[in-house]
Amino acid sequence: MKVGIKIMPRDVILDTQGRAVESSMKSNGFELLSCRVGKYVEVTVASENKAEAQSQVEKMLKEGGLYNPLIEKFEIQIN
Amino acid sequence: MSLGTKLKIGITRFLGTNCDEDVRKWLQSLSADTTYLWFEDQFDVNHYDMIVLPGGFSHGDYLRCGAMAAQTPVMKSVKEFAKKDKPILGICNGFQILCEAGLLPGALLRNKELRFKDQWVQLQVNNNQNPFAKKTEVGQTLKLPIAHGDGNYYADSETLKKLKDNNQIWLTYKDNNPNGALMDIAGITNEKHNICALMPHPERALYEWMGSCDGAFLL
Repeated sequence: MKVGIKIMPRDVILDTQGRAVESSMKSNGFELLSCRVGKYVEVTVASENKAEAQSQVEKMLKEGGLYNPLIEKFEIQIN
Repeated sequence: MSLGTKLKIGITRFLGTNCDEDVRKWLQSLSADTTYLWFEDQFDVNHYDMIVLPGGFSHGDYLRCGAMAAQTPVMKSVKEFAKKDKPILGICNGFQILCEAGLLPGALLRNKELRFKDQWVQLQVNNNQNPFAKKTEVGQTLKLPIAHGDGNYYADSETLKKLKDNNQIWLTYKDNNPNGALMDIAGITNEKHNICALMPHPERALYEWMGSCDGAFLL
């Protein structure tokens, strides 16, 4: 089963990358209120059971260092 | 100059570490007995007196700087070594790895201006109560080079207060903060002051011909 993980900088973090993209968009005439840049990780696990796949990925996030809780937040997406 | 009785120093090597040779030459110039510690192997913590994590781009800086290096077998031993209150020095990427491994508080984010910064900086010694600051005085200025894309130190306000109250802020950027680091932090220590790390490269400032010899103050 394929598990998607959306990882974004926490709201309190000044996202320099997002700011740079925002300013580039604005200088090219696009209208936007804000922009934040994160990453998307796709993990394929053997399990076909949603709950099991989710808990396997949560373990990677929390024990394997896949995200850093001090600066990032995550959202697991399973279709 | 010498570090006295032949000090046994382990130098970690990850995929992408690139300051290992410079660090080894520095330590050897002080008559230390140096050994490279490969990231896939654990080591005997009783065998070493000091561990240095040199800079570079461990594991391609993928995911986050230092994130994957922090999860390697060699870091299991470094954590064990840390518990013995023995000195550990992290330089640049070594700082990032120590933060990701939870051995130091905080994290290093992308430089505020996004650019990779490669320049000389003036640093202020804020505290000399750690094994790498014995030769310096509080208030002293050090000239060292930086070379990093992610040196923007971040910690929540509670942690910052703790760092300040426990005298864990070792070095700060003077006059000009190159990366947006909170409280101008360039180097910190853990609560017990045995784990120390800094973003600048002392091993690149050891002789006048290098542009400064202030790196020699650290050991």
